[in-house]
Amino acid sequence: MSATTLPAAPPRGPSFAERATGFLRACFAGPVNSAITLACLGVLWLAVPPFWTWAVTNATLYGTAQDCRAAGGACWAFVREKFWFSIFGLYPFEERWRPATMIVILVAMVVLSTIRRFWGRWLLLGWAVAAPTMWILMQGGVFGLSFVQTRQWGGLTITGIIAVYGLALGYPLAILLALGRRSELTLVRWFCTAIIECVRGVPLISLLFMAAIMLPLFMPQGVTIDRLARVLVAYTLFTAAYMAEVVRGGLQAMPRGQYEAADAIGLSYWKKMRLVILPQALTITIPAQVNTFIGLFKDTTLVVVIGVFDFFTTLRAALGDPNWLGFPTEAYLFAAGVYFLLCFAMSRYSMSLERSLKPGGR
Amino acid sequence: MKWKMLAAAAAAFMTFGVGEALAGRDLDQIRQRGTLRCGVQGPSNPGFGVPDSQGRWGGFNVEICRAIAITIFGDPNRVEFVPVTTQSRFPALSAGEVDVLSNNTTWTLTRDTNVNRFNQPAITFYDGQALMVPRRLNVTSARQLNGATVCVQPGTTTELNIADFFRANNLRFTPVVIADLDEIRRAYDSGRCDVFTNDFAALAAQRTLLTRPADHVILPERLSKEPLAVTLRQGDEELTNIVAWTTFALIDAEELGITQANVEQIATTSTNPVIRRLLGVEGNMGESLGAARPDYVRQIIRTFGNYGEIFERHLGVNTPLGLERGMNNIWTRGGLLYAPPAR
Repeated sequence: MSATTLPAAPPRGPSFAERATGFLRACFAGPVNSAITLACLGVLWLAVPPFWTWAVTNATLYGTAQDCRAAGGACWAFVREKFWFSIFGLYPFEERWRPATMIVILVAMVVLSTIRRFWGRWLLLGWAVAAPTMWILMQGGVFGLSFVQTRQWGGLTITGIIAVYGLALGYPLAILLALGRRSELTLVRWFCTAIIECVRGVPLISLLFMAAIMLPLFMPQGVTIDRLARVLVAYTLFTAAYMAEVVRGGLQAMPRGQYEAADAIGLSYWKKMRLVILPQALTITIPAQVNTFIGLFKDTTLVVVIGVFDFFTTLRAALGDPNWLGFPTEAYLFAAGVYFLLCFAMSRYSMSLERSLKPGGR
Repeated sequence: MKWKMLAAAAAAFMTFGVGEALAGRDLDQIRQRGTLRCGVQGPSNPGFGVPDSQGRWGGFNVEICRAIAITIFGDPNRVEFVPVTTQSRFPALSAGEVDVLSNNTTWTLTRDTNVNRFNQPAITFYDGQALMVPRRLNVTSARQLNGATVCVQPGTTTELNIADFFRANNLRFTPVVIADLDEIRRAYDSGRCDVFTNDFAALAAQRTLLTRPADHVILPERLSKEPLAVTLRQGDEELTNIVAWTTFALIDAEELGITQANVEQIATTSTNPVIRRLLGVEGNMGESLGAARPDYVRQIIRTFGNYGEIFERHLGVNTPLGLERGMNNIWTRGGLLYAPPAR
């Protein structure tokens, strides 16, 4: 499907009919291929019609749980009923316009940040303004906004906040850690290595548990740090430790000549890194970075252990509604769809970024 | 600099020590904060504590917490609900993340003593492990289940209890061990096992999800005792009293026939001294308990009704859970609910 978008595509590729014939011929080339093709078709024949009956023919899109049970198919009415709850979670109902506005700002900023033309000082400035604005909008307590505790934030909103803030704060930290681990200053090297190994050596779930539950036990009575802030710190550290190793891989893959050339023209350490080494090292590690990003994004669901209602947990909470008992399949399919869309978007973006950053590919 | 820090540390330690000695430390903090922090089971617990489509908490345990808030503040909305999991509930309570747990925690000796040192002053719900079987088996007692296949979750007390029960009664059974509750339900529904076992309230919730709920019966035997109680830290007798006597007031109100509908009328016309004391018409019970207002019970009943009304609204036979009152009935009607005299 991407053959036509490739900049280096040949002037005239095979036509659709030619490609289709080629595909079919490959499917039935020889007895083994034919057998595999037939087996696959058989499995599809057994699986697809019942799924179609359940998900479309007998499905209920409007109505109550009773209507759903009577129809016998998928209960998409349940997903419709709980849709906004899955976005906003436990945030006070009257104030839902606030997380809604925040999501709009967040999505706008993320989209702007993906466009290379906007990369620069102004974008950083934009984030510097947007990040606190979004937080104030959510938390309130000033400008006549009622105060909403972070424990009431939830749904896709909180998944977005944790993922974006965690990855955005963790990424620069990861670069620093990676550079530190390769530093010639022994103390810096030891320190960075220790942080990376310690954070990477424990599961995220126990790190979150430490931050949320154990930390307050060691704090003096009456001193509390906001729980979401503690979660964000733990998640950021975790992100940084994992990303740091990816970045280090990129740094080590750089030929010695690049370092020596930069030294030869008299660049300082930071200039050498910023202008010569990092742009190349980060570019070649994009697939590994996105792989880690996607993994970490899905790890946000683990915040449930400390009682934060992220998107997935909110859906699970919706399953307990006595009026809508018994539709877990629909809820999980919906969740899977949303996570797939977000991860797929990340993956496609990384591929386009790789192409545009390739030397000579601009 | 060093000395200053040391002095500050000493001062902090001393204020901490003094705070420790005074009763009502937690209650003072709750009053100062203006809200009660109530731990509820997350993500949700059908009938007991569930957020609705607008993100508002409702359910049996939730209303117990709101009733406690009425006693403390005279306002059912001054509660922050903090979702906790079975793993995080006790650390959250110990660390002061929550003031009380209202999340189906069983009252046991080790939770009262040991390192936890919790108080569980009044039982709000009597649960216990129960067995569900298809009606077509014509079984009326668990003792008729010799040779049955039983679906259980591995590594739970449920699994141990059922093994104990069958051994104690000289019966044989074949366990079918499945980790996930939803999977167990499907296995039972498709006939892979004859018996589905879990705590009674949870089992009733699972029954609503079967293909034909009416074709299954929950047997009368209880294999374990699970008295569920609001849980709080030891060391604050005032708060403990408030939790206990708020629960007792709900039970007393039902025993005395005071309901949401008639509470105002009874309060103004009743000559029964027990009722007049309970509703704050005479005496000073509210004051001695430290309630926000003398007629706190009247306000609780006006807002939520008595124990029976709360039960019927969230768990009773007309809800999807469809629980019979059973043990959770007033003692005069054959149940176990028995509140000490409020006088």
